[in-house]
Amino acid sequence: MTDATNTQGETIATSTQRDLGLKKRYSKERRFQALGITAIILGVLFLVMLFLSIVTKGYSAFQQTKIHLDLYLNAELIDPSGNRDISTIQMPIRYNKVLERAVSKAVGLDPNDKATRKQQRVAKSLLSKGASVDLRDLVVENPDLIGTRIDYWALADGDIDSFVKGQIPRDIPETQRLVKDAQIAYIDQLVEDGAMEKQFNTNLFVNGPSSRPESAGIAVAVMGSIFMMLIVLVLALPIGVAASIYLEEFAPKNRWTDLIEVNINNLAAVPSIVFGLLGLAVFINFAGLPRSASLVGGLVLTLMTLPTIIIATRSALKAVPPSIREAALGVGASKTQAIFHHVLPLATPGILTGTIIGLAQALGETAPLLMIGMVAFIKDFPTTPLDPATALPVQIYMWSGEAQRAFTERTSAAILILLAFLALMNISAVLLRRRFERRW
Amino acid sequence: MQDTNPNLKQDSDIRSNPIKMSGEKVTVHYGAKQALFDVDLKIEENQVTSLIGPSGCGKSTFLRCLNRMNDTIDICRVGGKIMLDSTDIYNADVDVVELRARVGMVFQKANPFPKSIFENVAYGPRIHGLCRTKAEMDEVVVTSLQKAGLFEEIKDRLDEPGTGLSGGQQQRLCIARAIAVSPEVILMDEPCSALDPIATAKVEELIDELRENYTIVIVTHSMQQAARVSQRTAFFHMGNLVEEGPTDHIFTNPKDKRTQDYITGRFG
Repeated sequence: MTDATNTQGETIATSTQRDLGLKKRYSKERRFQALGITAIILGVLFLVMLFLSIVTKGYSAFQQTKIHLDLYLNAELIDPSGNRDISTIQMPIRYNKVLERAVSKAVGLDPNDKATRKQQRVAKSLLSKGASVDLRDLVVENPDLIGTRIDYWALADGDIDSFVKGQIPRDIPETQRLVKDAQIAYIDQLVEDGAMEKQFNTNLFVNGPSSRPESAGIAVAVMGSIFMMLIVLVLALPIGVAASIYLEEFAPKNRWTDLIEVNINNLAAVPSIVFGLLGLAVFINFAGLPRSASLVGGLVLTLMTLPTIIIATRSALKAVPPSIREAALGVGASKTQAIFHHVLPLATPGILTGTIIGLAQALGETAPLLMIGMVAFIKDFPTTPLDPATALPVQIYMWSGEAQRAFTERTSAAILILLAFLALMNISAVLLRRRFERRW
Repeated sequence: MQDTNPNLKQDSDIRSNPIKMSGEKVTVHYGAKQALFDVDLKIEENQVTSLIGPSGCGKSTFLRCLNRMNDTIDICRVGGKIMLDSTDIYNADVDVVELRARVGMVFQKANPFPKSIFENVAYGPRIHGLCRTKAEMDEVVVTSLQKAGLFEEIKDRLDEPGTGLSGGQQQRLCIARAIAVSPEVILMDEPCSALDPIATAKVEELIDELRENYTIVIVTHSMQQAARVSQRTAFFHMGNLVEEGPTDHIFTNPKDKRTQDYITGRFG
């Protein structure tokens, strides 16, 4: 058949050749798909591992061990003069004795028995050193409580908290253990009596930083982050959108605008710490703005976010079909009218998404804030953007350097909270996009 | 109907209508590339003039010169004169916004704004301040839609998005939008190229009706369409105006060989 000029034979030959080619193509496609699926599985796997490790480490920080005390607010100890003078009753030291007596009673000791002084001291060590401050705050707010008997849940010490949560194991030798045998005996007793239990850790959400993990919280840092996000939103959005509209719609296309465009793209890739140095040099040294202030932090983050917003806005403007512009110009709209009446509304979803993603990026930024002094122990809530403040990621950074076991779980918990904020922002970006997106 | 000058291929002797627009030695460059070479073309009032020719011949470029839509292209330079009535529209003191209100345009692809049908038509009158009251605006929108032959079909859904209409309806909406600002000339750039034959027939019928009140210039790839809707036809080739004259002359008795080759389908 090969040497014969048979057309049918030729057809068969070519068709088998084609078949081979097809097989090759299909297997190529399958290989590519398999590779893609592998990549996705790997990505998901790493994500799950990351989340699992953070969640398993961090979830316990949302609970805090507390000790139930039958507390007699002895007026002689708290306010010997009896005139409820604020300078007297606001001293935390006056509440130490009250707490000590109450916790001794809780573990079954007689507070007046001088022979059990040592055991009483052990019992006292179960309480946080911040417990007297908390009690002081309560009494200062309600001075009528003095002289009465109240049910009170006092904070347990950070190490005791870690022990109750099982993070400090029982079975290591006492000399290497932070929680001693005598303390364990009282803990077991209190847990059995129902006088020691884990409750929701409100301190984590309402307190500022503290050297005692049991009373440390993220509220001051969140406040600083909120101030900075507002500053970034108010400055970066209008400046970024205005710059993009000018560059995209009005600016002549020449060497200068090309140069500006290249530089904006490069700015988006500049390491964030460089922006921190710039902020330090310009805003603090040159402009004389206060250090550690969220205003400076917000300005630095604005500089960082601008390229992101400009790039997103420009691509959103580019994506608006030119036919819409022509339609507006064709009925006699001026260029500005065409842009503001038709192009900008259509680009809004893209601009919003870009802005929110830029904000989320700024929210998680730590390095530039270190440069401008926002890594500080700031206990007071900032009331204006000029007050010293920290930010949530900086708080995480600071906690991660603390030695105590209880700070480790709080670090993970703060990361979880930060991730929750970021997820919230990204979800709102998606929702806004869906809401405003229009077909043309 | 005979030629007074056999070299002048424009039938300038048999004009029965006043001239609305005219191009004199119009040249267009896109950067270094020249797209139009000294085009002289007169457009008669209340007539449909169709511009035909193969792709890339410059007919759309010429059309876009007539309301200065080429201004939006950075690298485009226009030379020569284009007169609207007695003013050169490329004069420095001519306002392009005002010009485009007088010379409206309908594009190849129907491009309604992603807004309601009412808003689509009302946009032009609003930005030009043509209507003082809501009632006046309603009136303008309704008459424009009526003139575009669309009102009966969509009168109950004026607040629905214009992008939800069918292709032919969208194109008539765009015509209504152009009419709403009361232009004197309407330019149409292949208005039916994306439409099916039935929608095309409707738009063509509409073009014929509109001729009564407006001067129309239409670019088309379909020679049948040019023959059906236009009174005068201009044939462009390689950036030159080859021949212009009454449509029946061009199609039955072209003077240039290139025109003849094109309309008989030998190239293009």
